[in-house]
Amino acid sequence: MIDHASPHDPGQFWTRANESFADLVARTSPGTLPHPGQGEQLAAHGTTVLAVVHADGVLMAGDRRATQGNQISQRDIRKVFAADESTLIGIAGSAGFAVDLAKLFGVELAHYEKIEGTPLSFSGKANRLGGLIRDHLGLAMQGFVVVPLLAGWDPRTGSGRIMGYDATGGHYEEESFACIGSGAAFARGSLKKLYRPGLGAERAAMIALQALFDAADDDSATGGPDIVRAIYPTIASVGPDGLDEWTPDRVGSLVEAMIEQRRTGPDGAGEEPR
Amino acid sequence: MSMPFYVSPDQMMKDRADFARKGIARGRSVIALRCADGIVLVAENSSGSLHKISEIYDRIGFAAVGRYNEFEALRVQGIRYADLRGYAYDRADVSARGLANSYAQLLGTSFSSGTDKPFEVQLCVAELGAEPELDRLFVINFDGSVTQADDFTVIGGRAEPIVEALQNGYDVNGSLAETLRAAVAALRTGGDVSLGELEVALLDRSRLDRRRTFVRLDGPRITELVGDEG
Repeated sequence: MIDHASPHDPGQFWTRANESFADLVARTSPGTLPHPGQGEQLAAHGTTVLAVVHADGVLMAGDRRATQGNQISQRDIRKVFAADESTLIGIAGSAGFAVDLAKLFGVELAHYEKIEGTPLSFSGKANRLGGLIRDHLGLAMQGFVVVPLLAGWDPRTGSGRIMGYDATGGHYEEESFACIGSGAAFARGSLKKLYRPGLGAERAAMIALQALFDAADDDSATGGPDIVRAIYPTIASVGPDGLDEWTPDRVGSLVEAMIEQRRTGPDGAGEEPR
Repeated sequence: MSMPFYVSPDQMMKDRADFARKGIARGRSVIALRCADGIVLVAENSSGSLHKISEIYDRIGFAAVGRYNEFEALRVQGIRYADLRGYAYDRADVSARGLANSYAQLLGTSFSSGTDKPFEVQLCVAELGAEPELDRLFVINFDGSVTQADDFTVIGGRAEPIVEALQNGYDVNGSLAETLRAAVAALRTGGDVSLGELEVALLDRSRLDRRRTFVRLDGPRITELVGDEG
């Protein structure tokens, strides 16, 4: 698959010199690009993902349920992915397609970094994801088949940042937290009451779990923590020290504390005193 | 009307090879060595940003000598090859062997085509194995010939004294620091080499459980490992 066109020809070389992996795929093997296809109703759907900025970076959490119509098609699906060591991408919507998009975006970032010798800035990554959606995935976004959420540590600002996206690939920055997916409205309401600027990573994980629980409480397509099978929401955090993917045990201990608390107050603890 | 002179194929290939060798001999050598901690790539390079050593894929590193513009173009093509293959199939399906073969095709075709000038480059493709026995070192020459090295390889013009020094002073089971010291000592057989002019990278065995194993070692780290004032 190495391009056998002569690199001695400067014209050829420059027109082909492009750091975007997605453009390369579109040119050489477009069939492997993620495509929602026609079977949208038949594909599994994933649901609530949220991101919370905290004192040491930014954290992303997602529930584990995928649905197909009114049936649960998978109980342990992942919707939060590390695109690189300082960037997280979460995707709500058609599950297989979402996984492919996350994979494409991860390769895109690494490809740029290897060719240029330096990673993209956070804003550069956010723009690139917008470009991917616009250029290659317009179809998917029109039907809201998938909606991505981007969170990352920005060494230039020294803070965690969150970007939300719309169907045109346009993106807008969220200051403190953001939610996507069918349970997003419930999760957002929950986070509004629980979020405080400057909270620690542990506390941010707790309110993320609370918000996912509230989403699962009212949205049939969002799964709550599965105590019987020990399947808990996915949590990952990025900060100045890189990527921190929470182990199921670590999430599990927070989930247990939350459930213990909800035994006496099933609707959650509500606002805590400042 | 002028008549083109007849040049025998033997003569033409010899001339082209001499031309390429001369170009490569102008550059300084690059060493790739296996050790307990991974595969170390060491280059003499006075530029801090124009690299001779690079990451191609999760477990594959690249080192080159010769003309910068040529091996830079080859490096980028290697990254494209690897990323495309890993994306279309799986990350585990990208191998140094496949990459070395593709480079060999490209260089070999260019060398014998007779229209363009031949490439003035020598490349090394190194792959960190899941087990140390599965490490692979390939050298691709300007004419497309490929050789596989066992424990270490030296590419570039004045390789012989460096090879000799390494045969006596390097142990494949040594640590990163020991191996780097041996490499620096070997490079110094050809003249003074200051640590500030070294470009060093490691395909790190301790990172095999993560995705990308390629790590560039910066100046302070190199000084710390080699342990002299340079």
